[in-house]
Amino acid sequence: MDLFEYQARDVFEKHGVPVLAGAVAATPQEARAAAETIGEKSGGVTVVKAQVKTGGRGKAGGVKVAKSADEAEQLAEQILGMDIKGHTVHQVMIAQGAQIAEEYYFSILLDRTNRSYLAMCSKEGGVDIETLAVERPEALAKIEVDPNVGIDEAKAQEIVDAAGFDAETGAKIVPVLQKLWDVYQGEDATLVEVNPLVKSEAGDIIALDGKVTLDGNADFRHPDHEALEDKAAADPLEAKAKEKDLNYVKLDGQVGIIGNGAGLVMSTLDVVAYAGEQFGVKPANFLDIGGGANAQVMADGLDVILNDEQVKSVFVNVFGGITACDEVANGIKGALEILGDEATKPLVVRLDGNNVEEGRRILDELNHPLVTQVDTMDGAAAKAAELAAK
Amino acid sequence: MSIFLNADSKIIVQGMTGGMGSKHTALMLDAGANIVGGVNARKAGTTATIGGKDLPVFGSVKEAMEATGANVSVAFVPPKFAKDAAIEAIDAEIPLLVVITEGIPVKDTAEFYNYSKGKSTRIIGPNCPGIITPEESLAGITPHTIAGKGPIGLVSKSGTLTYQMMYELRDFGFTTAIGIGGDPVIGTTHIDALEAFEADPDTKAIVMIGEIGGDAEERAAAYIKENVTKPVVGYVAGFTAPEGKTMGHAGAIVSGSSGTAQAKKEALEAAGVKVGKTPSETAQLMREIMQGLDS
Repeated sequence: MDLFEYQARDVFEKHGVPVLAGAVAATPQEARAAAETIGEKSGGVTVVKAQVKTGGRGKAGGVKVAKSADEAEQLAEQILGMDIKGHTVHQVMIAQGAQIAEEYYFSILLDRTNRSYLAMCSKEGGVDIETLAVERPEALAKIEVDPNVGIDEAKAQEIVDAAGFDAETGAKIVPVLQKLWDVYQGEDATLVEVNPLVKSEAGDIIALDGKVTLDGNADFRHPDHEALEDKAAADPLEAKAKEKDLNYVKLDGQVGIIGNGAGLVMSTLDVVAYAGEQFGVKPANFLDIGGGANAQVMADGLDVILNDEQVKSVFVNVFGGITACDEVANGIKGALEILGDEATKPLVVRLDGNNVEEGRRILDELNHPLVTQVDTMDGAAAKAAELAAK
Repeated sequence: MSIFLNADSKIIVQGMTGGMGSKHTALMLDAGANIVGGVNARKAGTTATIGGKDLPVFGSVKEAMEATGANVSVAFVPPKFAKDAAIEAIDAEIPLLVVITEGIPVKDTAEFYNYSKGKSTRIIGPNCPGIITPEESLAGITPHTIAGKGPIGLVSKSGTLTYQMMYELRDFGFTTAIGIGGDPVIGTTHIDALEAFEADPDTKAIVMIGEIGGDAEERAAAYIKENVTKPVVGYVAGFTAPEGKTMGHAGAIVSGSSGTAQAKKEALEAAGVKVGKTPSETAQLMREIMQGLDS
């Protein structure tokens, strides 16, 4: 889960990372109220920043300086509702104004290639870091961080030295990097990025803008993370699937997909996409019902998919590994009973593997008008695509 | 021959007395695996009867190894206990640890994987179906009924695609099929398996299954080009996956322009690997190679 900037700011503050005052506002009036309080610390000056989970806000006009609370209100009015790279701005952050002397860059992230962590640091912050990494790689220091050691004082010193900071500035940054490590480690983050990390004219190091990605697998250690979820932005079908504990991703297409196992379901989407080319149809979703595949799980899955108005046909693709195909067939049968008249779209079912004969027999016997069985994955995908095109 | 696991492997199960652990211990016994005991500190000294066999329960991996000579551990412990279980196995210097558990925080895996570096334990997984050497042994959850022994080696990030591919090629059979897992950080990689299959005289050809996320397939492609002389057929899942969405497996995510299926396919093809568009087409490519080897 990616956090909004204001959430990252709050998490930084919790771990003692120096940040400026900031508050989130969803209306121009809230923005004005926040600017009145926060502006006191910076001579009435605040920055109104669009809260969207994408880069390039400044260029898009989503970040503006306000010299008064009146102006903050007006700017919030302009920025709220703006579209930035397909993200609608629902909130702004009102941040204290800062006198910036220099802008730096720092991040720590999971390095999948080396199965370790990587710290990146540059004296040239505030720019697009991917561009910097390509155009001037020598300006971006990359230092491996051992997950079992982390960023202690020595590692932080190594990082600032590699980035080429002078001794005085480096000494001020070192404790900030250690605190950012506390954020990474303590919150189970997979990315903590500060761009820019700034030195103010007064010489203080401040994390001015932050990006944090949290590991959902670690939620059991962080009951407070649930409150950070942006429930309003979730697709309604995805929200419904999540309530039922289903692993579902909404896509833009006509063939609903249900399968078991993440790899097989991804593969099913691809096979449907190929088969759909000639019919002009695409897969409508990813849905992995996992190993169980009992009637209730199948019914829950079908219920979500059949509520997708774009869906014209459904492809149930199951390879019985541990799960036996007869259980899956009974799951489909049970799901159709549970759904009754709600089930209105054709179902193409491909069963293979463990106890396949019995599974196919159950569906043959059911002889349900909506259900078509096809023996192979490629053949079933073609059939589902054809039915969706009708 | 086989890789990493054979009929002589003596297996213990961490979490054997739990629901998943006992169910799959029975299935491993069915597959012919030599299960010699389980580990559960709270039930140390007791005996568990699973699949008609009385299995001793030990207080630690170390005790279990000393008492039984076990050299493989399969862990079915819940995510929040997985790191401690792995570190216990690593400290006991078990040669092979298979972590089946799905949903382990990546921080925990990064910590126990890095802890294992330079020590004697090979880790397979986490979030994987484990490893099967058909007709010899099973350390994991792959159904042993899908395919028998034969000349193909298989390495895959996905469990169900492993099963699907074994099923498609069941008339040939497998030396070993290994599911390395779909998490962002895993122990044994595609490259480790390719290296072992290349060295295994009974493996005549290799199927490699990848999916979106990370750059493991690209690195495997570079490795194949330099080091693998046996024919390799590849498959990559996730061409239609949208950017920024996790597709079931924690590691299956396209980030920006990196980790795409297209890039992986191109890298493999550039290394001389034939890549199928669908699992069936991939199996067909392997079928043609096997027929070519016979003649």
